[in-house]
Amino acid sequence: MKITIAGESKEVADNLTIQELIVEEKVESPLYVTVAVNEEFIERAAFDSHRLKDGDAVEFLYFMGGGR
Amino acid sequence: MAFTNEQLERYSRHIILKEIGAKGQKKLLNGKVLIIGAGGLGSPVALYLAAAGVGTIGIADADVVDLSNLQRQVIHTTADLGRKKVESAAETMRAINPDVTVNPYYQFINSSNIMELIKDYDFIIDGTDNFAAKFLINDACVMAKKPLSHAGIVRFAGQLTTVIPGVSPCYRCIFKNPPPKDAIPTCKEAGVIGAMAGVIGTLQALEAIKFLTGAGELLSGSLLTFDGLEMAFHKIKLPPRGAGCAVCSDNPTITKLIDYDQPVCELKKKD
Ligand SMILES: [Zn+2]
Repeated sequence: MKITIAGESKEVADNLTIQELIVEEKVESPLYVTVAVNEEFIERAAFDSHRLKDGDAVEFLYFMGGGR
Repeated sequence: MAFTNEQLERYSRHIILKEIGAKGQKKLLNGKVLIIGAGGLGSPVALYLAAAGVGTIGIADADVVDLSNLQRQVIHTTADLGRKKVESAAETMRAINPDVTVNPYYQFINSSNIMELIKDYDFIIDGTDNFAAKFLINDACVMAKKPLSHAGIVRFAGQLTTVIPGVSPCYRCIFKNPPPKDAIPTCKEAGVIGAMAGVIGTLQALEAIKFLTGAGELLSGSLLTFDGLEMAFHKIKLPPRGAGCAVCSDNPTITKLIDYDQPVCELKKKD
């Protein structure tokens, strides 16, 4: 199936879970990433159970602590 | 208040813009912005807001200028080494534009001083470098209903969002709690390209100017990310404010400010 990640289209396995996508995408600091699917945040507790669907738009939001 | 001839000339490139005009320039001159952190992000914000003629600019920091700062903290010079950052920054801002009243605050923010610091300002800029400060600023601004530009940078990346309390999602809507210490690399550990502070801080300055003048659409309800290696901006639309947020929902569970426990070296380190 096709999903978009950060606006870019990508072919992934059907029924992939968010947790599997996090691993596949080698997401940095995976324990602290915020995930949105179709403009809704997904609770961390649901990363293992939430299965992605064809056409889903996924965003990873990362902590960035610098500034000074 | 009428413009002097000097002001008409100084601000001519603003006044000619239909989104700003003489009216908008007056709003800038009457505007009050507080910059928290006189470092990487705070430098371009302070430089551009002073040049733009924002009438009152507060700047808060309890650090002194260190050699490792000068790679990105462009408001300070080599001659300022060892000086209080807020004094060095205030001097530069006043030299750029004598129209501006600069209020330097030689202090780090905490739960007992932040409400007093932000209360007289129209717009707050988060230019800090640690999660304890970023969450504290967010919560205080939500509680005091002060619009805020949040930003963060690391390596070749940066991001920002504008929070309009009660209207658009806050920092805590995205990131519920600070990560444990050392879980996320800081600029000191991971590095940061100096120009990234320029890119993201300048965008924060632009948001302050747009907020004060009413020009355009604010970056509220979205997180704008920038990847300097790919040269790519990406705007992430955020879910609506509140629903599950501990501080900005209609029934918040956080009603008192929190001083998160960050190791002293994290708060005191000179970057
Ligand atoms: Zn919130």
